[in-house]
Amino acid sequence: MRIGTFMYCLKQGIVNICRNIWFSLASTAIISACIFLLCMFYSIIRNIQYMVFTAETTMGITIFFDEALAETEILEIGETIKAERAGQIKEMLYVSAEEAWETFQTDYFGENMALAAGFSDDNPLAGSASYEIFLKEITGQADMVRYLETLPGVRRVNYSNHVAAGLASFNRILAMLFGAILAILLAVAVFLISNTITVAAEFRKDENRIMRLIGAANFMIRAPFVVEGLILGLVGAALPLTAVYYLYRQTVEYVAAQFGILSGIIQFLPIHAIYPTMLGISLTLGGGLGFIVSSVTIRRHLRV
Amino acid sequence: MIEIAHLTKIYDKSKRALRDINLIIEDGEFVFITGRSGSGKSTLVKILLKETELTSGRVTVNDVDLGRLKRRHIPKYRRRLGVVFQDFRLLKDRNVYENVAFAQRVIGASGRMIRESVPKMLTLVGLSSKYKYYPHQLSGGEQQRVAIARALINRPEVLLADEPTGNLDPQNAEEIMRLLDAINRQGTTVIVVTHSHELVDRMKKRVVTIDKGVIVRDEEEGRY
Ligand SMILES: Nc1ncnc2c1ncn2[C@@H]1O[C@H](COP(=O)(O)OP(=O)(O)O)[C@@H](O)[C@H]1O
Ligand SMILES: [Mg+2]
Repeated sequence: MRIGTFMYCLKQGIVNICRNIWFSLASTAIISACIFLLCMFYSIIRNIQYMVFTAETTMGITIFFDEALAETEILEIGETIKAERAGQIKEMLYVSAEEAWETFQTDYFGENMALAAGFSDDNPLAGSASYEIFLKEITGQADMVRYLETLPGVRRVNYSNHVAAGLASFNRILAMLFGAILAILLAVAVFLISNTITVAAEFRKDENRIMRLIGAANFMIRAPFVVEGLILGLVGAALPLTAVYYLYRQTVEYVAAQFGILSGIIQFLPIHAIYPTMLGISLTLGGGLGFIVSSVTIRRHLRV
Repeated sequence: MIEIAHLTKIYDKSKRALRDINLIIEDGEFVFITGRSGSGKSTLVKILLKETELTSGRVTVNDVDLGRLKRRHIPKYRRRLGVVFQDFRLLKDRNVYENVAFAQRVIGASGRMIRESVPKMLTLVGLSSKYKYYPHQLSGGEQQRVAIARALINRPEVLLADEPTGNLDPQNAEEIMRLLDAINRQGTTVIVVTHSHELVDRMKKRVVTIDKGVIVRDEEEGRY
């Protein structure tokens, strides 16, 4: 296609939008709403997954051993694990029974350490020596646990996946909720875009009739409307993308400032980690929606 | 060359708009098609434009068999014809220049080509000084000239004019006819549908008369 022809189609598409500005704005707004929602949903899901991930990696896997085992034997098993699974392990800590008891005291009695004094030298956690394993990839957890459980001398393998399981169902509910709202908004968007294009086609009825008599290709007749739909969709995507970009950064800053104490638990993904995917999805959805709906509408409307 | 053989057109029910039409129009001819209102003249034009399907018979325009012409090839075919109508059918929101340029634009002509040929065409139809005017600022005769310029800009082999002077006063009508004649002298086949007696009589061209869908007369240098 010639540059001139392309520019002509582009210009006519813009003319369509301007002629029919209220419908165009309404269409853009509803597309924006859809995409804003999608971006929000995406951000939330991604961050939850990320938080679960960080939480689980910080929690690690704890291995307890048969009480009869001597410390040297435990350490030996530790070496075996370290050697056989070197690739998956980020960090591996040995916690002796004494250390476990000390940690427990600080954690549970805190400032009232005196309360713990009652136990004095009698370590109630004797035989609780353990290894704590932190994985490089939380996805390898299940496999690692299975391996550890087969090791002789291992009494119990503690690991957390209820956080993951709980959040998975939470995610599912969230997805259904967002999905439902999104479906309604999308339906409204399709309806509005289609109407906008129909009105634009009505404006150009005479012109299209003349074009047909002159021998304009169908493509030429449809192009202004498809361009119109595409622009509506892309602008509809650009607005929420911009909004989400700033909003996200603001939120991250705000939460960091307000709930600094929780910074260990609430860990947001940096914007650049999720933005490229969000940008791709949004532009594809917006542009695709505009393109497809306008193409279908105009094809039906101008059927020769 | 346009060859029409045993052409019949039935719109709906059994009412025949055209009945067993046989007609041959050579390249470069100037032909009037006359007849009373409702006799089927516009139907013939529409068939030539492939705006409506023929019911039976055979129509070929410069070796294109219209009965067999595929839908997707219609645009290309139409570029070989120019058409003007009684109601001009100009784009009201665009000036003279843009109206003519439009016809080239929509078939994908280059910007350079458009800038070269539009002024030439406007000069040919005598409107070069009014290229910036909008249709409502022009007389009927001038509007029809714009329509003719638009019809000719893509160098069609055949120019079809359906009652081109129907909305014009006698003087403007006369001028439009002279313009069509000039265009014909440059080699374009011109077919003019009209029911203006004086014009037909004065031009001394071939006249085909249709009545109730049937050709009743076909004379060289004919009269209405
Ligand atoms: N689209 C149509 N549907 C049904 N009948 C039509 C249609 N167009 C024209 N006719 C009928 O066909 C006949 C010829 O019409 P037309 O070709 O327009 O005549 P003319 O141009 O000579 O006045 C008329 O009786 C008219 O009513
Ligand atoms: Mg007619």
